[in-house]
Amino acid sequence: MSAQAQHSKFIQGATGDWEIIVGLEVHAQVTSRSKLFSGASTAFGAPPNSHVSLVDAAMPGMLPVINAECVAQAVRTGLGLKAKINLRSTFDRKNYFYPDLPQGYQISQYKSPIVGEGEIQVDLTPDHSIKVGIERLHLEQDAGKSLHDQSPTQSFVDLNRSGVALMEIVSKPDMRSADEAKAYVTKLRTILRYIGSCDGDMEKGNLRADVNVSVRRPGAPLGTRCEIKNVNSIRFIGQAIDVEARRQVGIIEDGGAIDQETRLFDPARGETRSMRSKEEAHDYRYFPDPDLLPLEFDEGFVADLDAHLPELPDAKKARFMADYGLSAYDSGILVAEKETADYYESAVSHGGAKRDAKAVANWVMGDLSAYANSLGLSVAQTEIGAGSIATLVDLIGEGLISGKIAKDVLAIIIAEDRSADPRAIVEARGLKQVTDTGAIERAVDAIIAANPDKVAQAIAKPTLLGWFVGQVMKSTGGKANPQAVNDMLKQKLGV
Amino acid sequence: MSVDQAIVRRIAQLARIAVSDEEVPHLEGELNAILSFVEELGAVDVTDVEPMTSVIPMKLPMRADVVTDGEIESLVLANAPLTEDDFFLVPKVIE
Amino acid sequence: MSDPTDLTLAEARDALAAGKLSSLELTKAYLAAMERARALNAYIAETPDQALAMARASDARIARGEAGPLEGLPIGVKDLYATKGVHTQACSHILDGFRPTYESTVTAQLWRDGAVMLGKLNMDEFAMGSSNETSYYGPVASPWLPPNWSAAQGRAALAADKRGLLVPGGSSGGSASAVSARLCLAATASDTGGSIRQPAAFTGICGIKPTYGRCSRYGMVAFASSLDQAGPLARDVRDAAIMLRSMAGHDPKDSTCYDAPVPDYEAAIGRSVKGLKIGVPKEYRLDGMNAEIEKLWAQGVEWLRAAGAAIVDISLPNTRHALPAYYIVAPAEASSNLARYDGVRYGLREPAEDIAALYEKTRAAGFGPEVRRRVMIGTYVLSAGYYDAYYVRAQKIRTLIKRDFETVFADGVDAILTPATPSAAFGIGEKGSADPVEMYLNDVFTVTVNMAGLPGLVAPAGLSAEGLPLGLQLIGRPFDEETLFALGAVMEQSAGRMALPQPWWG
Repeated sequence: MSAQAQHSKFIQGATGDWEIIVGLEVHAQVTSRSKLFSGASTAFGAPPNSHVSLVDAAMPGMLPVINAECVAQAVRTGLGLKAKINLRSTFDRKNYFYPDLPQGYQISQYKSPIVGEGEIQVDLTPDHSIKVGIERLHLEQDAGKSLHDQSPTQSFVDLNRSGVALMEIVSKPDMRSADEAKAYVTKLRTILRYIGSCDGDMEKGNLRADVNVSVRRPGAPLGTRCEIKNVNSIRFIGQAIDVEARRQVGIIEDGGAIDQETRLFDPARGETRSMRSKEEAHDYRYFPDPDLLPLEFDEGFVADLDAHLPELPDAKKARFMADYGLSAYDSGILVAEKETADYYESAVSHGGAKRDAKAVANWVMGDLSAYANSLGLSVAQTEIGAGSIATLVDLIGEGLISGKIAKDVLAIIIAEDRSADPRAIVEARGLKQVTDTGAIERAVDAIIAANPDKVAQAIAKPTLLGWFVGQVMKSTGGKANPQAVNDMLKQKLGV
Repeated sequence: MSVDQAIVRRIAQLARIAVSDEEVPHLEGELNAILSFVEELGAVDVTDVEPMTSVIPMKLPMRADVVTDGEIESLVLANAPLTEDDFFLVPKVIE
Repeated sequence: MSDPTDLTLAEARDALAAGKLSSLELTKAYLAAMERARALNAYIAETPDQALAMARASDARIARGEAGPLEGLPIGVKDLYATKGVHTQACSHILDGFRPTYESTVTAQLWRDGAVMLGKLNMDEFAMGSSNETSYYGPVASPWLPPNWSAAQGRAALAADKRGLLVPGGSSGGSASAVSARLCLAATASDTGGSIRQPAAFTGICGIKPTYGRCSRYGMVAFASSLDQAGPLARDVRDAAIMLRSMAGHDPKDSTCYDAPVPDYEAAIGRSVKGLKIGVPKEYRLDGMNAEIEKLWAQGVEWLRAAGAAIVDISLPNTRHALPAYYIVAPAEASSNLARYDGVRYGLREPAEDIAALYEKTRAAGFGPEVRRRVMIGTYVLSAGYYDAYYVRAQKIRTLIKRDFETVFADGVDAILTPATPSAAFGIGEKGSADPVEMYLNDVFTVTVNMAGLPGLVAPAGLSAEGLPLGLQLIGRPFDEETLFALGAVMEQSAGRMALPQPWWG
C-alpha cells in the first residue's frame, strides 16, 4: 500500500470521495497574574465581580494600560511556534454590543498582530508527521460571563473574566481530518504548557477552539466553510469535525449549497447547529484603539525572551532519541508533558551516575504512569521521587533484586510511604535476590528430585522448563535470580 | 456618498439606538448634510500618506504584572440599575 | 474690602497668603454669587457643604504654613470630570444619577494642591457642541448682554427660555460663563475641537488647550480619545498658567499621557518675546471673513511686532480640510466611546423585555439629538465599505495637517497667531436648528490644533463694535505652553485688561 493510500483521509460520500479541510482558531488564556489592560486578578473561581476593576467595568473615563508580561508571553509563544515576531503591532477595537462586553468593544489586534506566520510539527504516528502552518497570533481581551439559567426573566452578568488576556492562534487550513486537528491542538497545548504561557486547561475554558470546516472533491477548489465556535475539548473537536463534514457532504450530494455560517457543536445530540440569530451580519467596525499607542519593542527584548525559553518538545524529543537511545514513540510519550520529561531526566542522571536510560523510560512509562493515571495525576505529581525510580533501576542492574521484586517494592512504596528509599525497603524486608549458586543449586536439586516424572517430560519438551523455574522461585520466596535458575536447570537437565 | 432610509435604519441598529418611523426622514437629512460637508475630502491627494496613529512621539508604556486592583464589588456595582448577589442583571438574553 | 470675587486667582492667592482674606470668606462670597446667578444655568450641581469643609481645611493648612499652589481657591469643575461621590453626567440624561466612586486625575491634582470645589458646571452633552445648547440641563446664558439689551430685558429672558441671550460658546459653556460672571476663580474645561478656546473668546476670558498628552484623561468622560484634552478657563493669562501647572502632569493610568516634568508656567508671564518668530497663516483668512475679526487679527500682529517679535507669513495648505476631517474622526471615536452607555452598569435604564430593547430604548431616551447624530455618523464612517473612504482618509489628512505645522516649526516659527472664532457670540436658539453643519463652522479656526495635537491659547483681544468680546488664538510647538503664556501675556497687556460684565442677572 502506498504512503498516500495508507494515510488517505478522504471520507466516502454517496457519490465518491471527499476531502475535509480544517483550520483552527485557538483561544488560549495567557498565564499572568493580572489582566491584559487592568490590574485586577485573573485567578479562577472568585466570587462574582470581585476580580473587576473600574477599567474592566467600563466606568466613564477609564483607560487601558497594557501588561508587560502578557506581551512577553505572546512573544515567547511566537518563538515557540517558530513564527515571525512583529516589533511593531497595533490594537484595534472590535465593536459590538453584548452584556458581557462592558465597553461595547473588545480590544484586539486586527490589522497588525504581534506575531506573524509560523508552523508546528505534528506527529501523527512515530514515522509520519505533518507541518501545520500558523497564520498569526494576536493578543485580545476575554469577555465576561452571562448566566442565563438563574432566572426565567433575567440574565446574570459576571465580569471577572472580562479583560483577561487571550492569545488567539490562527492556523492555516492545513489539516485534513479530525485526527490531524486533534493532534494539532494536543501539540499546540504541549508547546504552550512548555513555554508556560497558557496552562491549557480546557475544562476551565483556558483553551478553546473555533473550528473551520469545509469539504471539497479531491483536487477541486476550496469549498465554503462553516465555523464551529467555542469547542472546549479535544474529543469534541474531533467529533464536531466528523459530524460537520458529513453534514456538508450530505447537503452537497443532495444538490444543495453550503451557507457560510457560524455553528455550535452539541455533544449530547452529536450535531452542529446554526447560530444564525446571533450572526445577523456583524459589522465590527474595526479601527485602531485611540487610547493605546502602537506596541513597539526591539530585537533585544525578543532575544532576551528567546534566551530564556525552556527546551521545547521537538528539540527535547530529538535529544532523548539521540542521547538516551529511545525510540521516537517512547520519546514522544515522555516529552508530552514537560514535568514528565524533567522527571525522567532526573531519574536517569540521579546521583550523577550513569544508568540504563531505556530501563528508566520503561519504569516511568509503565508502572509509574499506571499509578499516576489511576490518581489522575502526572508522574511528577505522585510524590514518588525520581531518585526512587533511579534506585529501583540500579538495584536491578546490580543484580540485587529481580524485576518482579522491584515491582513489589514499588507497590510497597505506593501503599505505605511514597518517600521511602527502595534500598531500605529491600534491606528491611530481606528481599535481596538469592545469587549464591550453592543455595540455588540446592533448591534446583530439591525440585528435580521431587518431580522425576516432570523431569522426563521437560527433557522431551524443553518449554516445560518454565514450570521448574516457577517452582524454584516459589521455594526461594521469589528471591532466586531467575536467570541463574534457568541456566542451572538447563545445565542439570541437559536441555 | 449619501444615505437612504434603509441605511439610516441599519446604522441605528448597529448603534443600538431606537429610531421611530417619523424620525427616519429627518435623520436622513441630517446625516446627509454632514456627509455633504465632508465630501470634499475625497478630492485630496493622499498618495503615500500614512494615517495618523499617534499625535505625540511616545511609545506605549507597559505596566508590571502585579495585581493592584479588584476586590471592589461594592464600588463596581454602586451605580448599577439592577443587581442580585453581586451580579449585574439584564433582561434575558436569548442565545 | 470690595467684593472678594473681584480678585483674580493670582490676587486671591496672594491675599490668602498674606492673611488679608480667608478661604472661608472667599468661598462664602462665591457661594452667594452662585446663588444670585442661578438663572444663568452655569452650574448644574452645587457642592456648598463640601466647599465650606474644604475651605476650612485650607485655612488650617495656610495657618500651619502648608499652603499648596491653589490653597483655598474656589474652582468650578466641568461636569465631564469624575468627581467622587458628586454628580458626574457630562450633562447627559443617559448618565442619570451617576455618582463616581473615583476621582479624575486632573481634579485630584487640584484638590491635592488645595483648591476648593464649588460645584459642577454645565456643558454640551458629552462635549458635543459649540454653544452649550445640547445640554440635558438646558442652555447656559453668557454674562455678556446682547448689544443694546437692558438688564431688565436680560432678566426677563432668563426667566423665560433664554432665547436671544448670548451663548457662552461650547462645549465648556458653563465653565466659561462661570469664570466670566465671576462665579468661581477659574474652572476646569476640556477641548476636543475648540471647546476651551471658543468659549474663552466668546466670554472675554483666557483659555488654553495644552499639547495632547500634557494632562491625564483618566476620569474624564471620553468623547474623542485622540483629540480630547483637559485645560483651564480663567480670567487672565496668569490665572490660566497657575491652573495649568496644577492640572498637568504624567499619569501612569493614561497610556497617552506624556511623561515629562511640568514647568512653572507662571514664570513665563512677563518673559520677553523679543526675537520670537510669529507665523501668520494665509489660509486662515477666509472668504467673506468678518471685517472686525480681520482687523483685530492685524492688531494682534502689531502688538507682537511692537513687543519685538518677528512676523512671517506662512502657509498651512491643508487647513481647510481640518474641519471636515474632524467631523469624521471625532464622531467615529465617539461612536465607540459611547457604546458603554447601555443601561447595564450605571445611568439610565429604560424598561425593556429583552436585552436588544434595553439597549435601543435606553440609548434613544438617554442621548440628545446632537449626540445621536454624531454617534450615527461615527458608526457609518467606520462601517464596512466606508471605513477606507472616510475614516482612513480623514486620518491621512490629519497627517498632512500635522505635517504642515511641523514644516513651519522646522523653519523656525515659534508660534502662530490666528483668529479664534469667525464671529462674536451669537444668540441662544439662533444657529443650528435647520442645518447641523452651521454650528460646526464655529470651530473652523480651532480644530486644526486638536488634529495636530498642538497647544492653543486664546486670550481676550478686544471688543466688537457692538461691545462683545473677541479673542485671538496662539498656536504653539508641542509642549511649549510657556511661549504661549509669554505671548498671551503680551497680547493681554497690549489689549488692556478686559472688563468683565457687572451682574445684571439678579
